[in-house]
Amino acid sequence: MTGWLDALIQGALLGGLYALFAAGLSLMFGVMRLVNLAHGDLIVLAAFAILVVATKLGLDPFVAVILASPILFVIGFALQHVLLNRTLGRDLLPPLLVTFGLSIIVQNGLLQTFSADSQRLRSGAIETASIPLGGGIAVGVVPLLTLLSAIAVILVLNFIFYRTPVGRAFRATSDDLEVAQLMGIDINRIFATAMGVAFVVIAIAALFLGLRANFDPTIGPARLIYAFEAVIIGGLGSFWGTLAGGIVLGVAQTIGARIDPEWQILAGHLAFLLVLVVRPRGLFPRALD
Amino acid sequence: MTCHENGSTHRSQIDRRTLLKYSAATGAALSVGLKAPAIAQTRAIKLGYVSPLTGPLAAFAEADNFIIANFKDATKAGAKIGNANVPVEVVVKDSQSNPNRAAEVAKDLIVHDKIDLMLVASTPETTNPVSTQCEIEEVPCISTVAPWQPWFIGRQANPAGGPPAWRGFNYTYHFFWGLEDVIAVFTNMWSQVATNKSVGGLFPNDGDGNAWGDKVVGFPPVLDKGGYKLTDPGRYQNLTDNFSAQIGAFKSANCEIITGVVLPPDFTTFWKQALQQGFKPKVASIGKAILFPVAVEALGKDGHNLSSEVWWSPNHPFKSSLTGVSAKDLAGAYQSATKKQWTQPIGFAHALFEVAIDVLKRAPDRDGKAIAATIAATNLDTVVGKVQWGAANLPPFAAKNVAKTPLVGGQWRYKDGKYDIVITDNRTAPAIPVGGQMEAIA
Repeated sequence: MTGWLDALIQGALLGGLYALFAAGLSLMFGVMRLVNLAHGDLIVLAAFAILVVATKLGLDPFVAVILASPILFVIGFALQHVLLNRTLGRDLLPPLLVTFGLSIIVQNGLLQTFSADSQRLRSGAIETASIPLGGGIAVGVVPLLTLLSAIAVILVLNFIFYRTPVGRAFRATSDDLEVAQLMGIDINRIFATAMGVAFVVIAIAALFLGLRANFDPTIGPARLIYAFEAVIIGGLGSFWGTLAGGIVLGVAQTIGARIDPEWQILAGHLAFLLVLVVRPRGLFPRALD
Repeated sequence: MTCHENGSTHRSQIDRRTLLKYSAATGAALSVGLKAPAIAQTRAIKLGYVSPLTGPLAAFAEADNFIIANFKDATKAGAKIGNANVPVEVVVKDSQSNPNRAAEVAKDLIVHDKIDLMLVASTPETTNPVSTQCEIEEVPCISTVAPWQPWFIGRQANPAGGPPAWRGFNYTYHFFWGLEDVIAVFTNMWSQVATNKSVGGLFPNDGDGNAWGDKVVGFPPVLDKGGYKLTDPGRYQNLTDNFSAQIGAFKSANCEIITGVVLPPDFTTFWKQALQQGFKPKVASIGKAILFPVAVEALGKDGHNLSSEVWWSPNHPFKSSLTGVSAKDLAGAYQSATKKQWTQPIGFAHALFEVAIDVLKRAPDRDGKAIAATIAATNLDTVVGKVQWGAANLPPFAAKNVAKTPLVGGQWRYKDGKYDIVITDNRTAPAIPVGGQMEAIA
């Protein structure tokens, strides 16, 4: 019995990580209808950025991420402004192709700069610290922080979206691009800002990925699919939905693994298919579009 | 090799081959007629080398540039082949860690660069496609750094058929160790530490994991015989973010030993998660994941006393037949040239070129058949130990194409902010000195 309870708890914590992977993707899709195939590689890029800041300045990764975030905001802003805005239009294909190319460029660029060595963010004793819950169940501090950070990121994103002027512009462009432009919104600027915010979310995801496992330039794409599934399960455009999607995915995987480790990945995909069959628009779709 | 796969290439190839043969015959007739055989003899001898310079396997090939520069330096003046001094050329191609790409560049080397001998290293994903390509094109090939079972059995037309259905190869030869060696090394190491003999197995769903966990050729039968109890929760998918199911199973079976063949990022995830959940085995012998010092360093201080198989180290009492340098000096030269810690593939990459030049020196002829026959007759003391095909330490079906090099076991020790591997068990190869006793993970 405690075995299943343990699977449930570990699954929810794992879901926090998936939700963090997915939050940035959800934001990009929600605001600019951009399907970003380079998302996994951008997470790895951010992890390397944190690593460089942490090792060059001798900082803890938790501090380094605060310093790396503004840099990544600027990179995201520039990327959207200079490159991705040119690809957005009625046709879905150009952004797909460009982000696919971007994924290859980021991977090989990182390989050239950092070699194939696997890296890790180091943060001392907290890495293996845990809180015992009794009955042989323990909760790792880092996984717990991951879930709490995911919740915090969603809270902040919701605040930006529903309580600030820039959030109103985000929602307006998302609802109707043309009318938003008629109302005097500079969509290029809004999209670039959204991408900058998404990059900060990516940096937080990268921090917890780097604390949990090794990363090297090639592991990005393996993370992309979970991010996509979490967004789709939760429903497009809903941040709380993305969190729920991540947790559904994480719990399905740990329960599957409990039955047999061969089932771990499959169980996640089955949960995803099940949601698509029962609620094709996801658990909490934001609007009818 | 499968016939149906190669049917079409084979046919077109016969045409090309026949053409080549005739042109070669014409050339030979001409040169005999003109009494000028020396012209043909001084054509540079070409070595093709395929290795994963980029991609997920790139860590294996990190030393290649250093080794090739060394080799070019040592053969600057050419190699004495027959009576003539012949210049040696090396053409290097990157497999990008992709088996399809490896086959493609191998074909390119054979057809466009017209190499005389193919060399290939680093994991079955690189060695197998290249060796297969060479066997089809009848170009001699020497490979290394892949356990011999996946190399030999993985290339059979009917891998499940067992030894009666397996065929030897005519042009492709391999030197490395096998699954039976790594099993012996691991169990020898475990016998040095007092445990309850309960073993947890981490075998992924890939070529290596399926072979290690195999109920016939893998760990299970040997562990059974040795009185160990194996808990194998099942094959998991590579690059997973969660090992709580395995940790739960190991905890409830009270495992004190952990083994497996795990990718480096997966092992970090597993080990951190295990420590978070209060699971700390006494011994952890892991293949693949902790071969490279950077992978162990990624664990911080938690990598202390993890154990792994050791194919080569600076303490191996061997020296190069090419340059005469000892294992220690080779590793030292690498460290001072690159400012990086030595890794195990250095010795094997060097040995590959040692064997190549030895073969070329002994070969009576440039013809592929003659070179292949010369490889088979090799008996050379290299920087990784003796390389000799046809030896008795292998099952008869594989002995023709496979030569075994010694394998021992070692533990990573953390000292002054850096990891070093200490050889802790040499019962499988007593010539290699041990540097210490096995210690339980504190």
